[in-house]
Amino acid sequence: MSAETTSDRMSEVSKKFGISPEDYMLPARHMINLLNPDGTLRPENEQGTEPGHEYPLPSPARLMEAYASLVTGRRVNDQNSALVRQGRMAVYPSSHGQEACQIAAALCLEENDWLFPTYRDTVAVLTKGVAPMEVMTSFRGEWHCGYDPKAYKCAPMSTPLTTQLLHAVGVAHAAKLRGENTVVVAMCGDGATSEGDFHEALNFAAVFNLPVIFFVQNNKYAISVPLSHQSAAPSLAHKAVGYGMAGERVDGNDLMALMAIMTRAVRMAREGNGPLLIEAHTYRMQAHTNADDDKRYREDSEVQAWIAKDPVTRMKAYLEDAGLLTDAAAAKIAQDAEVVAKALRDGMNQDANTDPRELFEHVYSTKSTQLAEQQALLVDELDREEA
Amino acid sequence: MTATTSRVNPNVSAATARAAAKAANENQPVTFGKALNTALADGLLADDSVVIFGEDVGTLGGVFRITDGLTARFGAQRCFDTPLAESGIVGMAVGMAINGMRPVIEMQFDAFAYPAFEQVASHVAKMRNRTQGKLSLPLVIRIPYAGGVGGVEHHCDSSEGYYAHTPGLKVFTPSCVEDAYLMLREAIDSDDPVVFFEPKKLYWSKEQVDLEQLARDYEAKKSAPTEGSARIARAGSDATLIAYGPSVSTALEAAKVAAEEGINLEVVDVRSIVPFDDETVCASVRKTGRAIVVAEAQGFASVASEIVARVQERCFHSLAAPVLRVTGFDIPYPAPTLEKYHLPSAERILDAVDQLQWEA
Ligand SMILES: Cc1ncc(C[n+]2csc(CCOP(=O)(O)OP(=O)(O)O)c2C)c(N)n1
Repeated sequence: MSAETTSDRMSEVSKKFGISPEDYMLPARHMINLLNPDGTLRPENEQGTEPGHEYPLPSPARLMEAYASLVTGRRVNDQNSALVRQGRMAVYPSSHGQEACQIAAALCLEENDWLFPTYRDTVAVLTKGVAPMEVMTSFRGEWHCGYDPKAYKCAPMSTPLTTQLLHAVGVAHAAKLRGENTVVVAMCGDGATSEGDFHEALNFAAVFNLPVIFFVQNNKYAISVPLSHQSAAPSLAHKAVGYGMAGERVDGNDLMALMAIMTRAVRMAREGNGPLLIEAHTYRMQAHTNADDDKRYREDSEVQAWIAKDPVTRMKAYLEDAGLLTDAAAAKIAQDAEVVAKALRDGMNQDANTDPRELFEHVYSTKSTQLAEQQALLVDELDREEA
Repeated sequence: MTATTSRVNPNVSAATARAAAKAANENQPVTFGKALNTALADGLLADDSVVIFGEDVGTLGGVFRITDGLTARFGAQRCFDTPLAESGIVGMAVGMAINGMRPVIEMQFDAFAYPAFEQVASHVAKMRNRTQGKLSLPLVIRIPYAGGVGGVEHHCDSSEGYYAHTPGLKVFTPSCVEDAYLMLREAIDSDDPVVFFEPKKLYWSKEQVDLEQLARDYEAKKSAPTEGSARIARAGSDATLIAYGPSVSTALEAAKVAAEEGINLEVVDVRSIVPFDDETVCASVRKTGRAIVVAEAQGFASVASEIVARVQERCFHSLAAPVLRVTGFDIPYPAPTLEKYHLPSAERILDAVDQLQWEA
């Protein structure tokens, strides 16, 4: 059931939820939040839901799977930060604190669905299935993208902000034209929502009614610039309605809420109900990168306050209370995370070893004579160096 | 502000400040970044219509700290953060310039200026011309550019060619601390839009320069204009290396090695790519009879190509050898571990020097 025009689609969706198209498009009045910071389930009337915005709890099996990925994600972030400190890697934009967003964004996709990540989305990329060392190729300065995007259905991690959102729209459009059932998740930060490409991408996705989920990790800062200086809108999720799509805000440190929202968003998109904007409220616990000094623009007390909202401890408490996370299960999860961390350590402790000749191999589909000449010059220099 | 008060620190007398600066100067050289920072501060002081804005230029002082302290000192009206949108930043600067201000804006990195290219090419460059001179745009677009710092993807582009190719823009790029100060002051005072390229590998380089004296000379117009004037960075007689921005230091390094081998190279620092100083460049080439253009940018259809063409046209009869180019390869800027193979090195320049058809 694929609605053709936006208004058809909206009336279909609003019929489904028994609310008006405006009510469907506007985010729920309050952020969707299923778990308290201490891991207890919030009473239904405090979850932020309202008609059309209710979300069923994910199954215990789903939650356990997501929690295992969350633990691995945290371990990966901290391992990579340690590798930067040890000088094994030049730069790593850690998503410590934001892991729940990254897990939910990737885990709710099927194998043939696409992910369009940014530089900060290492954990999402790993969760999509990309091999750890292939993700790290770019951070260790070896090559700009170390994995095969087509094989993993995962685009290169974009550094220019929001430029990849339009590519996501294009992938979705091509899939639609070919009658494929693909869903695309495109990720960006709060600061990035100010870029022109963000607005063009949302508009295209809505006009062409494409199965794209725009996943904004609102971690409150764009390097040093706070959210208040980025947008005067009531929320970033509210931006969706102007383009004719629905928006929703969610507690980005609440893995259960994120999984619930993403599961429905993916299903709705796959069924032809068009795009959705998700604004996940989270916090960047560490500096932008190791080149950044966050003491210059935020108080340490603000950072400290977010520790109480940590996504890992919250989910852990819930699963333990529910009797799902036993000591044995926890040990197995920690062990699996350690395997990934070890793979990273072992890989990064080997020197990067890219052949400089390769510089000329991937500029065009066939090497021009001009590049062949330049390659010969370099080879000659390398030979002389060796001699 | 009274004449006896220091411009840099109003709480002390000018004499005290000078003595302190002199003492500081003697053991503490000035970084390239500090010279730019001082030029911005002095520009703000000299003219109320100067405003600085961009991404992270306020509280943080810019990711390279070039605007460090300006918001604290001059207030958020004069130096402020914008939302994260390059096209927005340049487009707003156009409007502010139309309405009497002199915006000095920062693009965070070379490749992040591309979203604003439409504003630059379609409006910044053309406004004076299309309005028959009725609207001019006295604005400066600062772009940290080029590599050699191990930067990640999209942080090392040499994009000067795009701007130099666009009529209506001036394109400056300093290569020493003194020029960093003087050229930025001139850019701010220019009644035309200036794209100001800052070689980021030089930000931390240091030289003994008395910035206060430089400021006084600039204001008294005792310093020669840098716009449209190349600089002889090293005098020599056997061949001319023509370089700009980040490549000047590499050219000087090559000249030093060549001197040990008995070849005396002259190094010309272009510094103002647009307008271009044919006179100084050609005088040097006519004197030496040989020339190599050194640039970090990819060589095809580049500023280096343009310089070769101009020299060839004007100095044909003085040339003992074809004018050569030593540039980056015609490839997208590589990842950090590979950049050393891409960038023109002193050795690569010396190889080119060997090819200048020396008599046996
Ligand atoms: C087009 C563009 N402009 C500027 C930059 C430089 N830059 C890199 S990250 C960043 C802040 C991004 O903030 P946000 O979108 O909130 O994402 P976060 O880093 O917080 O995850 C900036 C300005 C860039 N990468 N791309």
